[in-house]
Amino acid sequence: MTALLDVRGLVTAFPGPEGDLRAVDEVSFQLARGEVLGLVGESGSGKSVTGFSIMGLVDPPGRVAAGQILFDGADLAQADADTRRSLRGRRIAMVFQDPMMTLNPVLRIGTQMTEALHAHVQISRQEARARARDALGLVGIPSPEERLDGYPHEFSGGMRQRVAIAIALLHRPDLIIADEPTTALDVTIQAQILSEFQKLTEEQGTAVIWITHDLAIVSGLADRIAVMYGGRIVETGGIEEVLRAPRHPYTRGLIRSVPSENTRGTRLAQIPGVTPSLGRMPAGCAFRSRCGRADAACAARPGRFGSLGAYHRCFHPHEETLA
Amino acid sequence: MSMTDPAAAAPLLELRQVSRRFGSAPDLAQRLAMAIGAAKPAPVVHALDAVDLSIRKGEVLGLVGESGCGKSTLGRIAAGILPPSEGAVLWKGEDRRKLKGRRLKEADLAAQMIFQNPMAALNPRMSVEALVAEAPQIHGMIAGARGAYVDGYLRKAGFDPAMKRRLPHQFSGGQRARVNIARALAVQPDFLVCDESVAALDVSIQAQILNLFMDLREALDLTYLFVSHDLGVVEHISDRVAIMYLGRVVEEAPVEEVFARPNHPYTRQLLAEVPRIRPGKRRFSAVKGELPSPLDPPPGCHFHPRCPLATARCRSEVPVIREVAPGHRAACHLNDARAA
Ligand SMILES: Nc1ncnc2c1ncn2[C@@H]1O[C@H](COP(=O)(O)OP(=O)(O)OP(=O)(O)O)[C@@H](O)[C@H]1O
Ligand SMILES: Nc1ncnc2c1ncn2[C@@H]1O[C@H](COP(=O)(O)OP(=O)(O)O)[C@@H](O)[C@H]1O
Ligand code: SF4
Ligand code: SF4
Ligand SMILES: [Mg+2]
Ligand SMILES: [Mg+2]
Repeated sequence: MTALLDVRGLVTAFPGPEGDLRAVDEVSFQLARGEVLGLVGESGSGKSVTGFSIMGLVDPPGRVAAGQILFDGADLAQADADTRRSLRGRRIAMVFQDPMMTLNPVLRIGTQMTEALHAHVQISRQEARARARDALGLVGIPSPEERLDGYPHEFSGGMRQRVAIAIALLHRPDLIIADEPTTALDVTIQAQILSEFQKLTEEQGTAVIWITHDLAIVSGLADRIAVMYGGRIVETGGIEEVLRAPRHPYTRGLIRSVPSENTRGTRLAQIPGVTPSLGRMPAGCAFRSRCGRADAACAARPGRFGSLGAYHRCFHPHEETLA
Repeated sequence: MSMTDPAAAAPLLELRQVSRRFGSAPDLAQRLAMAIGAAKPAPVVHALDAVDLSIRKGEVLGLVGESGCGKSTLGRIAAGILPPSEGAVLWKGEDRRKLKGRRLKEADLAAQMIFQNPMAALNPRMSVEALVAEAPQIHGMIAGARGAYVDGYLRKAGFDPAMKRRLPHQFSGGQRARVNIARALAVQPDFLVCDESVAALDVSIQAQILNLFMDLREALDLTYLFVSHDLGVVEHISDRVAIMYLGRVVEEAPVEEVFARPNHPYTRQLLAEVPRIRPGKRRFSAVKGELPSPLDPPPGCHFHPRCPLATARCRSEVPVIREVAPGHRAACHLNDARAA
């Protein structure tokens, strides 16, 4: 596989009172053109920081402390600010959970979109407006021509999110990082946005990192999945294999705790305890404080078991498929 | 249960033709200005429109619908903390408006609401102990030591009483959810309205809290109105489900029935899009038609601009909700055609 994105040993750290806290801790994964990677995990597990690291948007004093981010062969972790700025928006775009992180409340939608275009390409105002209108149409905004003259507050939450997605699509980027963009939306609007992304990957070969804690979305959308806990990818692989036979106890616990038609009237399987904060993660396997299979061996840090594309980090992995 | 006692046969809570509007009532000057045509009335949101709904003792009624369709408004009216603009709310068969004195206080305490955002619901300056003790103290419900009373309810909610002197911001989302639940339980309610009570929680914590709700139902004989936009959660916890669309209940049935035989076209669209953990990619589909605004709902059946089966009648006549199978009600004109 010639990967569009090849992340190797990424460490992103924030200084804490007792030294660096690794929000992202030796994360490695690869992504090909047209592929969708579902990045899942509980809040605080490092999903967004992974996305910000790729975008070059980590809040200082946080920093990428180690590793490589190879995008189309070039290492973004080593790139200068100008190079990164020229890639951002044009070849790599991010959709944030809150669309108002993208939208300026006092500017018309059309103005914001044409400004985003002019930041990277030299085209006439008419042409920019036409491309902005087409992008709105692409994400299913009705009467896009008139909507260009509207302000963000005149749009419902779901429409604002679609505008933010339209802005991310403007330059037909090679890679889109979507950070929980549908978590706050109703299922029908969510399905609409997911269908736009499916079209993009199929028709334009866009690669997508879909960040979420919703396994059900990932199961229908992604080709591959990476599960994060305490800043590390604890399991990754093809979506079908991982959902059918999760090896890591945390992945298994997550899948089994999702309510569905099969769990009606029964108790849900629950993972005991809560995720410790970053500074309080146990040494060795970070999941040790909540894991039913933990033993003395787990006091050491589990390495990667498997290949770069399909591995887990557990000394006592499950072998059996999920019932 | 004796059939001669009407109160015993009545549902725990019944809403009859309940409507709720939001929007400023015009004062005299505005009414005069409007009368001479100099001003337009302020926009009015019909958050609820002639809703009939009953909740039986001991059941869990799930309430689902799109954002802004009126779920929280219905929940607040059911909990007795928001009066309806029109219609009657019957608590154990008695009209809430006619309750006075001790009876009213009892009804107020018996229905408690657990809010959408656990942080906003908790006073940041009060310790967990003070938060849980507040209401039962005011109502003179604590006979012995306050500490022991509070500890009992914190334990029921799965919260370690050793941490009760701390402030809400010192806890995780899941722990705050437990404090909120302990606070509601501390006034010994019969009925809990849970408004998106697990929406902000991670799946693993959500599972813990859902299990807690089920345990409490058994232990304390509770009745729930469970508001959620997550159909998986609703399917897991509910006995019966009511589906809302733009201020109206459009379908209501036992949970297996709704998921196996949805009647209303909106319900069918909604269920078709529920994400489920299943191997294999699926096709997600785009919303058809425009999403309506609650400020200006479409006439007739509110759903007609998005309904693939809409006819001319749907654009002008409001469908009434009626029984389509035992215990299964729906509001769609197509059911008339089927019956005829
Ligand atoms: N206090 C209020 N003043 C004015 N309008 C209100 C008020 N409360 C609710 N509304 C309006 O009433 C309608 C129903 O609101 P409600 O909060 O019941 O929706 P909901 O179904 O709970 O939505 P969500 O899923 O987003 O929580 C909406 O259009 C809302 O804007
Ligand atoms: N700007 C920041 N400064 C310090 N710590 C941060 C910052 N941003 C994120 N973190 C920490 O990094 C960890 C991972 O955060 P994040 O990637 O946002 O989690 P997720 O997106 O998986 O919910 C968390 O412990 C969080 O508190
Ligand atoms: S390494 Fe040990 S503690 Fe970690 S997940 Fe595996 S069994 Fe559990
Ligand atoms: S009444 Fe008409 S528009 Fe409404 S749901 Fe039924 S068929 Fe569709
Ligand atoms: Mg995040
Ligand atoms: Mg609400």
